[in-house]
Amino acid sequence: MHLIQTSALTKAFDGRTVVDHVDLGVSRGEVVGFLGPNGAGKSTTMKMIAGFLEPDEGTASVCGHDVRTDPLNAKRHLGYLPEGAPAYSDMIVGDFLEFVAKLRNVPSGERNGRLGEMAERINLTEVWDQKIENLSKGYKRRVGIAQTLLHDPDVLILDEPTDGLDPNQKHEMRALIRSIAEKKAIIVSTHILEEVEAVCSRAVIIADGKILADEAPDDLTASAAQDKAIRLTVSAPEGEDIVAKLTPVTGKADIEVLTRVNGSASLLVKPQGRATQPAQLASKLQRAKIDVEEIGFHKPSLEDVFRQITQSKPSE
Amino acid sequence: MSSSINTIAVVFGREFRAYFSTPLAAIFLAVFLALSAGLSFFVTGFFERGQADLSAFFTWHPWLFMILMPAIGMRLWAEERRSGTIELLMTLPVRTWELVTGKFLAGWAFTAVALALTAPMWFTVNYLGSPDNGVIAASYIGSWLMAGAFLALATCMSALTKNQVIAFIVASMAGFLLMMAGFDLVLAGVRSWAPNVITEMVQSLSFLSHFSRLTNGVIEAPTVVFFCSMIVLCLWINVQLVDLKKAQ
Repeated sequence: MHLIQTSALTKAFDGRTVVDHVDLGVSRGEVVGFLGPNGAGKSTTMKMIAGFLEPDEGTASVCGHDVRTDPLNAKRHLGYLPEGAPAYSDMIVGDFLEFVAKLRNVPSGERNGRLGEMAERINLTEVWDQKIENLSKGYKRRVGIAQTLLHDPDVLILDEPTDGLDPNQKHEMRALIRSIAEKKAIIVSTHILEEVEAVCSRAVIIADGKILADEAPDDLTASAAQDKAIRLTVSAPEGEDIVAKLTPVTGKADIEVLTRVNGSASLLVKPQGRATQPAQLASKLQRAKIDVEEIGFHKPSLEDVFRQITQSKPSE
Repeated sequence: MSSSINTIAVVFGREFRAYFSTPLAAIFLAVFLALSAGLSFFVTGFFERGQADLSAFFTWHPWLFMILMPAIGMRLWAEERRSGTIELLMTLPVRTWELVTGKFLAGWAFTAVALALTAPMWFTVNYLGSPDNGVIAASYIGSWLMAGAFLALATCMSALTKNQVIAFIVASMAGFLLMMAGFDLVLAGVRSWAPNVITEMVQSLSFLSHFSRLTNGVIEAPTVVFFCSMIVLCLWINVQLVDLKKAQ
């Protein structure tokens, strides 16, 4: 069973469809990365699952509880970090988390234990008695995360949890997400593609309210490498016409010089017609006395894939 | 039901403490005490009247509450929406009416504190003479009920906007109209186009006439019911407004 399930989830604002029949299922142990250009409908989708916005059509369920007909139970199983991690700035960190724990009905016997665990696990001990308005962005975000984990929910929805953090804080946040991933179903939205590769088991690309791709990050980049281009680094002294030298070896192919530094040239070879294996090409090159430093299929970055998918979408 | 009471109590506790976490509470209490005492001593001649009662003091309450209740209620929802915490609050397992009730009660309790701090006035008249303490008690209860109605109106306006200042001004205006509903200022405008029934209905909304009945020492059911239903109606509208406007 999927812990998060949306079916034909749809929302329009002022006649503009922002989320368009989104079907998505997330099981325990999965971390789904929600990717998409600004205004693609990521946040709106998350807000509907979290029960903040009501869907115009379709519905979503959390642990089997429909957000439309049984919102309280759906919310009980959910931890939600809204965009920007809002919190009452006039409150002290410990008081704020206690307030949330009480509204979450964490039994009073367990409450202090849970709060202590959060302080330790999310590194909040040193700011526990400070006002939230005086905290740095990193600490504020941590308070936001702590708030989502207080009741140990099965489902987590995090809207841009690393936005605005410095690289160390980002790294910490990702480690934290990875450490809890096993027991929960998690949706994380982000702008940062490397983050998807670092923490997510699935990447869902969404644009204009529709899901355009839903695959493991590796599969996504692999399937985008459709033309089987080979990336090649060979030694090539300055001034040598490396393309002319390679053409007889590679046969009919597009050869693109990417960089030339320190007597090496990086090239992208796109064979025309029959695909060539990197190993074959390597042995051919050796026979032609060309030093191969590195060779392999060109693996496009997730960024390339993202651009390809979100921009090449046929206009309707 | 017990979970509703728990939620209301937790929200009440946070909001009530929030008043004291900023200078707002101190400023409000100082202004309220200074104005209510100042006006009754120097304008309505508390001593010069030579009577052992507090009517010189209570006369001013409708006017003070018209301005001061919006100041208490304006932040309750506008601030949640401006800072985005409404998204946090409303994705917790709580119902909207529980939040609305908890916030209102916090503001109302704060008003009770303000009224309680005027007790020295009461002691003073008892020291100087022998007033009818029943009338004074009735007036305090009436004053608190009326404050509740002004406050419920203000929280309603607070749910309409993200801007506390706008919430304050609109709530004061609405409060003024309701207060003057029994007078020609408002009635003339209604009488010109509406049938008599409606004019009478508007007239019966007047906070001033209802309050003056209470300060005469008579706790009449219709007046108590009037202020209570005013509160309930405003809170009900408040719930609808929050659900409608929360995401905008």
